[in-house]
Amino acid sequence: MTKLDSKIPEGPLERKWTDHKDHIRIVAPSNKRRIDVIVVGTGLAGGAAAASLAEMGYNVKAFCFQDSARRAHSIAAQGGINAAKNYQNDGDSTFRLFYDTVKGGDYRSREANVYRLAEVSANIIDQCVAQGVPFARDYGGLLDNRSFGGVQVSRTFYARGQTGQQLLLGAYSALMRQVGKGTVKMYDRHEMLDVVKIDGKARGIIARNLITGEIERHGAHAVLLCTGGYGNVFFLSTNAMGSNVTAAWKAHKRGAYMANPCYTQIHPTCIPVSGTHQSKLTLMSESLRNDGRIWVPKKMEDAQAIREGKKKGNDIAEADRDYYLERRYPAFGNLVPRDVASRAAKERCDAGFGVNKTGEAVYLDFTSAIERYGRTQANIQHIENPSAEKIRELGTAVVSEKYGNLFDMYENIVGENPYTHAMKIYPAVHYTMGGLWVDYNLQTTVPGLFTLGEANFSDHGANRLGASALMQGLADGYFVIPYTVGDYLADDIRTGPIDTKRDEFAEAEKAVKDRIDHFLNNKGTKPVDDFHRRLGKVMWDKCGMARNAEGLKEAIIEIRKIREDFWKEVRVPGTANEFNQELEKAGRVADFLELGELMCMDALDRNESCGGHFREESQELEGPQKGEAKRDDDNYAYVAAWEWLGEAGKAQLHKEELTFDVVKLTQRSYK
Amino acid sequence: MKLNLKIWRQKGPKDTGAMKTYPVNDVSEDMSFLEMLDVLNDNLVRKNEEPIAFDHDCREGICGSCSLFINGEPHGPGRGITTCQLHMRKFKDGDTIHVEPWRSAAFPVIKDLAVDRSAFDRIQAAGGFISVNTNGNLVDGNALPIPKVDADTAFDAATCIGCGACVATCPNGSAMLFVSAKVSQLSLLPQGRPEAKERVLNMVEQMDKEGFGNCSNTGACEVECPKGISLEHIARMNREYMVAGVTKK
Repeated sequence: MTKLDSKIPEGPLERKWTDHKDHIRIVAPSNKRRIDVIVVGTGLAGGAAAASLAEMGYNVKAFCFQDSARRAHSIAAQGGINAAKNYQNDGDSTFRLFYDTVKGGDYRSREANVYRLAEVSANIIDQCVAQGVPFARDYGGLLDNRSFGGVQVSRTFYARGQTGQQLLLGAYSALMRQVGKGTVKMYDRHEMLDVVKIDGKARGIIARNLITGEIERHGAHAVLLCTGGYGNVFFLSTNAMGSNVTAAWKAHKRGAYMANPCYTQIHPTCIPVSGTHQSKLTLMSESLRNDGRIWVPKKMEDAQAIREGKKKGNDIAEADRDYYLERRYPAFGNLVPRDVASRAAKERCDAGFGVNKTGEAVYLDFTSAIERYGRTQANIQHIENPSAEKIRELGTAVVSEKYGNLFDMYENIVGENPYTHAMKIYPAVHYTMGGLWVDYNLQTTVPGLFTLGEANFSDHGANRLGASALMQGLADGYFVIPYTVGDYLADDIRTGPIDTKRDEFAEAEKAVKDRIDHFLNNKGTKPVDDFHRRLGKVMWDKCGMARNAEGLKEAIIEIRKIREDFWKEVRVPGTANEFNQELEKAGRVADFLELGELMCMDALDRNESCGGHFREESQELEGPQKGEAKRDDDNYAYVAAWEWLGEAGKAQLHKEELTFDVVKLTQRSYK
Repeated sequence: MKLNLKIWRQKGPKDTGAMKTYPVNDVSEDMSFLEMLDVLNDNLVRKNEEPIAFDHDCREGICGSCSLFINGEPHGPGRGITTCQLHMRKFKDGDTIHVEPWRSAAFPVIKDLAVDRSAFDRIQAAGGFISVNTNGNLVDGNALPIPKVDADTAFDAATCIGCGACVATCPNGSAMLFVSAKVSQLSLLPQGRPEAKERVLNMVEQMDKEGFGNCSNTGACEVECPKGISLEHIARMNREYMVAGVTKK
């Protein structure tokens, strides 16, 4: 087994990044002009990296599959971005943000990486303010904060429920400024379909122009993948329709190890599936759990009647409701972390207490909050002996002010008024903590190939805390890669432009064209989505919120069968040289069909429960923690990095042992 | 329910294109409009016909990709929503629905219902930014207090998703609401003031070069904007533009 070198700098935790920056090599301004860098993806990580590298003087080519760089899926993030500013004077510090993130990740991330993330977090806020990002402010004109799950301080900066949008538009404006100057050449509606390696180093990509279908060769001295997560392997997720694993998977096939692919975050509060036509799922912000109470009926016959449409939630008497999170976790109640809340919902629905026609939904009820706020308002307004209706009216107004946009969104999708009928929610796939393995410099196991943001594995361990994804994307793009990429590129100041006429480019281009030809000439009968749906069902049932060895082994066999059927039976209409959305989908699903198997292999290898990965075999069997996840630090405190061995289902496991010098490993308890 | 769809089909930018009729059955009222099109496309592929091309991505109303002109309105009936947030319960059994792409000289059709909106990116590149490098050596975020009312108004403008509905609905094909949203956001914030004059002049110049029409205050853009961006921003941009034109050295 090769030893993975994480290149963590020596020295005390709080000095590592500063010392590292002071000692790595840099490229002189006059030499940066001779160096080309490719950035794939223009979300927070990619947009920030492309803008920063161009400002520094490199020649940047940026690629995105959307019609504009501004549409990357970072835009959909709602809640906020964490930063250890301690503006609220509540004792926050770099160390506390670091500690909360390592603990929240269930002790499966690298201390040095997480510390660096916490360290640069404050700079991100300053940077964004300078760019004109309109963060929420208080009446004194200063930046406002709010609290988020899993922490005891108020460190989340936000822009209403659209923080991701505002941060991305900030990065996009910085990127477009460089496009205007000609230092970034922007390729939108382009999809990367392979990495090209020369003498073992990443030296370019093959991309398809999605409008004309032309296959293009692009050379560069380094390639940065900022291509997001792979949650769409489940077919249904909160990801955008186009989010995919293709760039990362092609890199994996060219020698980049894939790390912890089984770590998936399943968000507890999403709008449930309504039918077979469903194309994606919509998240309802975690903030709703501050005021909403989650329940299902206590009696099976009530649950059945609700599913058959004979009863409504409002018909169930208070005494017949099971507020199961409050029952199981009295200390944290409805505010347990995402993974715990999701598993508890699944447990109740599997036991037959689900409350919609599919049996996969629980109530999120604001009745108590409306009543509580209503009474307070009545007191404030000096209304004596207010009627029940008056209290409801006053309370509804308060809830509307806090969550109005979310309630409107719910009503628009579901067609039911959530002020008078409890919301129905169910967990859904939301984020992937796993991704390409990178060292401290964000470099993969392929020299010259770097990975940033959700596409890498490095900072969130087995579970990501809320408001940390935006922080990581921007940290990687604005403040980490501009330094670390220089250390690598210092060897390339005399290399000269990369020649795209070389055999390596021709070989990669031919493979891409052959695959496209195969799809278009296949004599199949079924649309791509048929296979994607089948894959998603297997992944959700057997590699979703709870996993066991038997199910995972079955899943591997089933995925192989779907893959075999896919290549035989898929039909892709149209031609190669035009805008062809079915062809785009076919390529992406082909890669998901290989990734899905690796995720199951990884989940099978990890016979412990940690964060979002729950193995049914590994739970507490007795005592007060009975039924809760059981981590196994003696045997599994490692990063699982998988090497591609030439075909799907064959992969070599490499282990990077995780060492904890500062944080003490303990069990997470929410009882 | 059963619906009769009349959809614009156009093979490529040079094709003349035409409306084509597609009857669809078994439409559930819980479907989104785009999911209804997914089902239609699924059936077309099974019949070995070409599916209908349309832009879409996040399907939760924030990325700005989706863009259909439905029964004569951008993003269809309903206010404050994008096409991906439009649900079939807004329609009745037996309805005929016309679906067309955004129509504007500055947004050429790529195929069927997908159009090229890269003119918006070029306008952004002409000045829609604050010239600050990303080196992190900046003053503290709280060193510059910004009155809440200014921050909130700037935010209202900043919610623009760049979908292009304002252009599509405007009888003149004007992009004034889009451009003014960015000009207004950055001119309201103290960080944006130093470059305010150059910004508005450069962005408007690029807007004109792209072939967008002029504003004649019909106000259709504000009505159809899925984010409810106000005409006030156009007024603010006009003021900024005039002042910049008069006082520029």
